[in-house]
Amino acid sequence: MDAVDAVFCPNRSGAVSNPLLDQLPSYQSLLYRRKSSGSNSTKRRSISRGRYGSTSSHSGSGRGASLRTEERPMPARSVPDHRLARELPLSLEEKRRYKEQRLQQHGELSGWAQWRLSSRHYLKRLKEESVEALSALQLWRADIHLIEGMFGTGILSYFSFLRFLVLLNFVMFLLMFSFVMLPIITATHTTSVNSTFANGGGGECSVYPPRDRQGLVNFHQHIIDLLSGTGFLEQTYLFYGYYKVENIHFLSFSYNLPLAYLLCTITYLLLSLLWIVKRSATGFKRKLVQDEERFQSFCNKVFAGWDFCITNENAARLKHSSLLYELKTDLEEERIRQKMAERSRKEKCRIYSLRIALNLFVVAVLVCCFYCIYSATIFSQQKQAQCQKCYFIVELIIEYLPSIVITLANFITPIIFSIIISFEDYSPAFEIRFTLMRCVFMRLASIGVLLFSLWSQITCGEVCPCGYNHKVYPCWETHVGQEMYKLMMFDLLIIASVTVFVEFPRKILVNHCNCGLVKWWGQQEFAIPQNVLEIVYGQTICWIGTFYCPLMPAINTIKYFLVFYIKKVTLVNNCRPASRPFRASSSTFFFLAVLLIGLALAAVPVVVSIAQIHSSRACGPFVNFTTSWEVVPRTVSQLPQGLMAFLYTLSSEAFAVSFFVITWARPVLFGPDDQNIHLFLAYGLAMFYVIALAGAHKRVINQLREQLAMEGRDKRFLIQKLCQAQADLSAHSSRSRSGLSYRGNQKSSTSGVYVVRPLVQYETQA
Amino acid sequence: MGSKHTTFRDDQLDEYQDCTFFTSKEILRLHGRFRDLAPNIVPMDYTNNPDITLPSSVITAMPELKENPFRHSIVEAFSEDGKGNLSFNDFVDMFSVLSEMAPLDLKIIYAFKIYDFNRDGFLCEKDVEETVHRLTGEELRPEERRLVSQRVMEEADLDGDWKLSLIDFENMISKAPDFISTFHVRI
Repeated sequence: MDAVDAVFCPNRSGAVSNPLLDQLPSYQSLLYRRKSSGSNSTKRRSISRGRYGSTSSHSGSGRGASLRTEERPMPARSVPDHRLARELPLSLEEKRRYKEQRLQQHGELSGWAQWRLSSRHYLKRLKEESVEALSALQLWRADIHLIEGMFGTGILSYFSFLRFLVLLNFVMFLLMFSFVMLPIITATHTTSVNSTFANGGGGECSVYPPRDRQGLVNFHQHIIDLLSGTGFLEQTYLFYGYYKVENIHFLSFSYNLPLAYLLCTITYLLLSLLWIVKRSATGFKRKLVQDEERFQSFCNKVFAGWDFCITNENAARLKHSSLLYELKTDLEEERIRQKMAERSRKEKCRIYSLRIALNLFVVAVLVCCFYCIYSATIFSQQKQAQCQKCYFIVELIIEYLPSIVITLANFITPIIFSIIISFEDYSPAFEIRFTLMRCVFMRLASIGVLLFSLWSQITCGEVCPCGYNHKVYPCWETHVGQEMYKLMMFDLLIIASVTVFVEFPRKILVNHCNCGLVKWWGQQEFAIPQNVLEIVYGQTICWIGTFYCPLMPAINTIKYFLVFYIKKVTLVNNCRPASRPFRASSSTFFFLAVLLIGLALAAVPVVVSIAQIHSSRACGPFVNFTTSWEVVPRTVSQLPQGLMAFLYTLSSEAFAVSFFVITWARPVLFGPDDQNIHLFLAYGLAMFYVIALAGAHKRVINQLREQLAMEGRDKRFLIQKLCQAQADLSAHSSRSRSGLSYRGNQKSSTSGVYVVRPLVQYETQA
Repeated sequence: MGSKHTTFRDDQLDEYQDCTFFTSKEILRLHGRFRDLAPNIVPMDYTNNPDITLPSSVITAMPELKENPFRHSIVEAFSEDGKGNLSFNDFVDMFSVLSEMAPLDLKIIYAFKIYDFNRDGFLCEKDVEETVHRLTGEELRPEERRLVSQRVMEEADLDGDWKLSLIDFENMISKAPDFISTFHVRI
């Protein structure tokens, strides 16, 4: 029997006692896959013995043995399976020899094949060097490298997520700039191009009193204007109201700005969706595989837990303690699971009723917060109009009241949630996830409540000549844009001031003060989930606000740029790694999942306001349309007949993938009924989710298929062996009579399977 | 000094590029690091392949490895004599396998060697207990360590012999998505 690696020997004693197992096709193919090509078994034995510093008596110094082994000429049969030298588990000299052997082989090939191989080699080398050059251009590569070294891969994923958002915002800005702002800027600065300005057709709806401050303006009023987007900022490129252009007439064509504006909005939403889904595709596949992790949690922590990148002593100490914590938690979780399984009925009733009560309490807290936000918004809106002669600070507070209330609510509710969940008696892992879900909901729903309260103010109840409350909000889109702008500014302010006024003093206190309370408070931990929620919140605001404030992506890019450096500084100086570690693989998926929820939530108000709410008559590109969406049907109806017919057929064809096109495209493109547009986005999201799921399942299916084929072959082999054993048994009994020997091909009478020449001599005792 | 020191010939650099996952610039940088560990012993000029090895104690003191609880085992797994003395080739080989460009199956083979402390070709319970011990220090009680090791065996052992062969290990690691990102040393 070919004595291969000790590794593959299934028996403790080292001797092969189960020859049948070693002959199984699946086992053989596993061996073949692992065999380094171009080596025969003897050489392999000596190499592997050498590497293992072995058990046999041959090798003193393992590699010496392999060097002394003579170079056997390679048998023609064992053609290398074209593995790269560097992917083989051999020492460097052996890899070199393997490479030389391959080169020798290639020398025997024709000139054309040689050239092809060498060009492939050269291209591969070129690709590697260009990838290296490109990665050197990556934003913040050195900083992220440093963070990874100090804090490991969990926190690294947060910062690479932030970098992704900076890029996304920059691309959104480029999109809006090149299609909406650039034409207008060229129009105003070039004489050959002129633009038609839109007017709302007169009437009281299109009255837009200038909100600029008249007369002498105090310096602090400039500050208020800068921070709330009012005053001198209102009539600038920053807000929707400035884009009151209908058509720009270039030399050869006419540029329809309202259509461009609308299409840009839809494009940036779709682009964000596609980019996030693409980025989460790898994370999602891994998540599916990782769902098996509950069957393998200990193995993952023991063998894939230590981050080999850690170089810092503190970080190493904390990684040790975090692994310890994880293992202890897992052991405890098992204990708790056992305890839960043993719960009596009475206990279960008690726990369930307690959980229901606490969930109701949570709902009550949420409703209370939402009501506070709603009333704060209404109050702020009403007071803004009246407060012309207020003090500087009072005016600022009134402007920022909704933001302040939202931030306070988002600060208090996580604390309440984490206290409540300790009474609900869940397993630790579920506790973390559930609290996180509640916090995500709170954060994102508070924006929704704000928008809802604004909407209730903007749309009027009964008598509505213009379709919206034109007396208070002659240009309501700019107003909504200003609210979003305020939210964003306040968010940045809070991040900066919390860092400066809370985290740095905390570090100073902890380092220099020895009192018990301070020690209990402890050093700051970089809480990844809360930080991620913060930036997703900011990004959701940006997605909603870009329609009303086209420069918002640019401001958001700058904001996240600053946030990166603020967070990096606070991380390096003030924080210790979290005691509850955040796994890199699942965290990327978690971040992108939360971001997708934010995108879905952002798409709803944008779509509703485009399709439902009357666009204002006094400002903006859509003054001549009832709703913003109306520009599309009107443009389509003006298209040449052929194109219109094409679009019509496009929308009526049953494309395999997009069933929803039938349901929405025809009525939406060609009719006034545009209720279905918000269904489109829901369908689109569902479609992408299903596609991603399908991709992940496909990989699992392929793996299972391979395994199944292997099992089939094993079964066939075993049946053959069985038949052969049966045949030999009957031969043995009849050999004593007839002296026949059963060799070679025989047809078994029982199963019709061909018995092949046995690989192992079956000894029959005569 | 004005003259240019040649550390490697061009064909040597070519070979290194083919046999490892590093570019020639990185190979030269690695040589600089190797030399910095022991400037008196390691020559600048490697054109005639001098046979110099550095002891394990010097290599494990490198900043990239000194905090790693498995550093001795890593160095031993890549050394020729099994005792941790690395030549430059072994040094480069080690960091090549630990780099982020090495494929998963190669990393799995070496990880198996690294975690196999008694070098018997299997990860038995003692090996896993030793791994857990190195990861957590003295914080876990011995019976807790044994419990963890038993759970690991239950999860990963497929053929029921209460030890992990390479096949079991490979199967288990393919389901551990973190492995490829944690089994990675930056140099």
